Amino acid sequence: MLRLITKRLFETIPVLFIVATLTFFMMKRAPGGPFDSEKQTTPEIRAQIEAQYGLDKPVWQQYLDYLGHLAQGDLGPSFKYAGWSVNELLWSAFPVSLELGLYALAFALTFGLIAGIIAALRKNTWGDYVPMSFATFGICLPTFVTGPLLLLVFASWLTWFNASGWEQPRDRVLPAITLGLYYTAYVARLTRGGMLEILSQDFIRTARAKGASEWRVVWRHSLRGGLLSVVSFIGPAISGLVTGSLVVESIYQIPGLGKFFVMAGFNRDYTMVMGTVLFYAVLIIVMNLLVDIVQVWLNPKLRFE
Amino acid sequence: MKPVAQISAWLLAAGVAGGLTTSCGPRETRVEWANRHQILLKGSGSEPKDLDPHVATGVTEHHIIMALLEGLVAEDPVDLHPVPGVAERWDISPDGKVYTFHLRANAKWSNGDPVTARDFFETYKRILTPTLASEYAYMHFVVKNAEAYNAGKLTDFAQVGYRVVDDHTLEITLENATPYFLPLLNHMSWFPVHLPTIAKYGPAYQRGSKWTRAGRFVGNGPFTLEKWRVNDVIIVKKSPTYWDQATVRLNEIRFYPIEDNNSEERAFRAGQLHVTETLPLAKIETYRRNRPDVFSFGPYLGTYFYRFNTTKPPLNDKRVRRALAIAIDRESLAANVTRGGQTPAYHFTPPGTAGYDCRTKLPADIAEARRLLAEAGYPNGKGFPRMELLFNTSEGHKAIAEALQQMWKRQLNIEVELVNEEWKVFLDSTQSLNYQIARGSWIADYVDPNSFLDMWLTGGGNNETGWANKEYDALIAAAASAPGPQQRLEFFQQAEALLLDEMPIIPIYFYTRVCLKRPELKGWHSTLLDNHPYKHVYLETTATTTNGHQ
Repeated sequence: MLRLITKRLFETIPVLFIVATLTFFMMKRAPGGPFDSEKQTTPEIRAQIEAQYGLDKPVWQQYLDYLGHLAQGDLGPSFKYAGWSVNELLWSAFPVSLELGLYALAFALTFGLIAGIIAALRKNTWGDYVPMSFATFGICLPTFVTGPLLLLVFASWLTWFNASGWEQPRDRVLPAITLGLYYTAYVARLTRGGMLEILSQDFIRTARAKGASEWRVVWRHSLRGGLLSVVSFIGPAISGLVTGSLVVESIYQIPGLGKFFVMAGFNRDYTMVMGTVLFYAVLIIVMNLLVDIVQVWLNPKLRFE
Repeated sequence: MKPVAQISAWLLAAGVAGGLTTSCGPRETRVEWANRHQILLKGSGSEPKDLDPHVATGVTEHHIIMALLEGLVAEDPVDLHPVPGVAERWDISPDGKVYTFHLRANAKWSNGDPVTARDFFETYKRILTPTLASEYAYMHFVVKNAEAYNAGKLTDFAQVGYRVVDDHTLEITLENATPYFLPLLNHMSWFPVHLPTIAKYGPAYQRGSKWTRAGRFVGNGPFTLEKWRVNDVIIVKKSPTYWDQATVRLNEIRFYPIEDNNSEERAFRAGQLHVTETLPLAKIETYRRNRPDVFSFGPYLGTYFYRFNTTKPPLNDKRVRRALAIAIDRESLAANVTRGGQTPAYHFTPPGTAGYDCRTKLPADIAEARRLLAEAGYPNGKGFPRMELLFNTSEGHKAIAEALQQMWKRQLNIEVELVNEEWKVFLDSTQSLNYQIARGSWIADYVDPNSFLDMWLTGGGNNETGWANKEYDALIAAAASAPGPQQRLEFFQQAEALLLDEMPIIPIYFYTRVCLKRPELKGWHSTLLDNHPYKHVYLETTATTTNGHQ
């Protein structure tokens, strides 16, 4: 196990290096720069700004400088938000996205599992069709539709929640549901499929023949096997959930990571583009490593491979 | 798997229960709560780039910084004319070139230090220092030698037109008599900064100093910076050290950087904001008709226009440019396409800009347009090369571009292809003259026709049309050194007439400002620059104030 982890951690370095290099040069190829704006400044001032951020140096020099800072964990100053460093901005937004992502995941798992299990048990009846129709809706409906709809009902009509903001505990509810709905639907479908497969196995018939209650059949005998596909889905789902979503953040006015991911590109905020891309890369690598470790831990056969 | 499911179920149950138990029944909205505490909740558009007045550039930043800092003069809340600020009075020399400001003795920084003439002197030195590379340093170029110092051609700051006479007297010498000098002082680039504080948190003459954080910011304005959470909220509190704190009635202002205008409108409807930054286009009609109590509408000092690239045929022919410009039905555009109550623009400088109304107006004359086009060698559009019209990607710009495309096709029988580009690519294309016709807009920095007309000088950074005209340059220069205000405006009249004859641009409409504003917000007047001096703003609920949920 230790060898696996060490090996994977060493593999991380060249991967991040390649990601950083590709991103850096692709970004430099994009027309326009961070200090272009509709109101032009004098060439002298422009040159001074660029000099302060090292943009007057040749590109290869900028690249080496960046890697040098990166090696020390410094992602540089944000070009767009002059008084902030990329590290500061990412660290202030990540806890928000992480919190929201975990609520959304909790919502997705709870309702997805329940709906999936019910559907599997009531196969080809209304108890199956209704939750599965909802699941199909959930997958089809984009967040920019569900978000405003939820707000219309719960914030504008019922006034149970605020229409935007991230201040009170209740402000977490609607964004978590909006963000989690797609994943709920996915979990429900995966659970139903997995459960159906297990429920048709011989040992389930044996359990039922021995008079085990339905609750026991589901909880003790089928769930573990039925959820394997859900487990492998959770890894990438978490990386997606905790890195924020521009749409959900814009609709609910949440100070998360998603905005930085998308706007950095539009703003040509070079250091922020690099920062967010590397952050996401590290997160995916870590998540994949965790999933692998969990799999090895769950499945003894893998330990010898 | 079991524990995970259990934990998630708990989390969810707790979340939902927490949400519901505290929220059933008609609860007090945020604005109702804020009204009781004199807290203004304001949508502020977008996250400010910085709160350093020498580094920030946008209107958004200006609207926050003006709560934290105060210049030599301040603004009247109704029409923004200069009123005493840190300076309690000032003298102007007979030739209009030397201003002597007498600073009030009780003006203080938020850390208790007195605000002195030296503070202003040091501030102005900072903004003009080349290494700071302030994009708004040019606002100081009316001052003697300021431009040379900023460009690095002059290294002795003593030769620049600022002089500290004593602790409370500051003298500023200008290059020329500048009638808009006092209003100019209300731009954030003229606000004082506390140099010792800046130096404490980083190099004072470079960008990116971290002195603007909450807890560090030292200002001299009616409010102090209490909290700044990026993309979330900026909170400013009433300053206990402000010299005129008796006038300040608000205890707090909260600026919410809500970029999405639909989200902002929803927040307003749910009673979370007193005033919004904007209003979605699609909702303007509904609010105008059904909610006149919250619909706010007023002129705004800006022009929406198109640029011609005058360096390439066929647009190097002014007859073609003029034909295209006068074939547009601006009334129909405003009524059917933009629909925000914009004023159709038949010249470039918005009407009523510091007493200036352009005499020359573009005709709306299809026959004349056809005649000009024929004269240029394209009768009924025959042989006219296919052209491209460039705009930055946005639904609003696209709708206008499509309308123009149709009008030109119908009236002049010429084909124009629409091309949209992402914002930064678009800026790159227009700046390098890599376009034929491109969208543009201009929002004035100060209320004076000069802000609109000096951008078309030969080689000007914002010209971007390749248009160069010596006569025009001479007229603008003559206006700068005109002996009196009337002569000055007359030079501008001639300059704009020339601009409209040469037509390097097509004015489309003058901006209007549309937003939502709750009736209890008082002392908030519709102003040309959308500035609202916060010390005059307050909240007052009356029996007729409607509930936020309607």
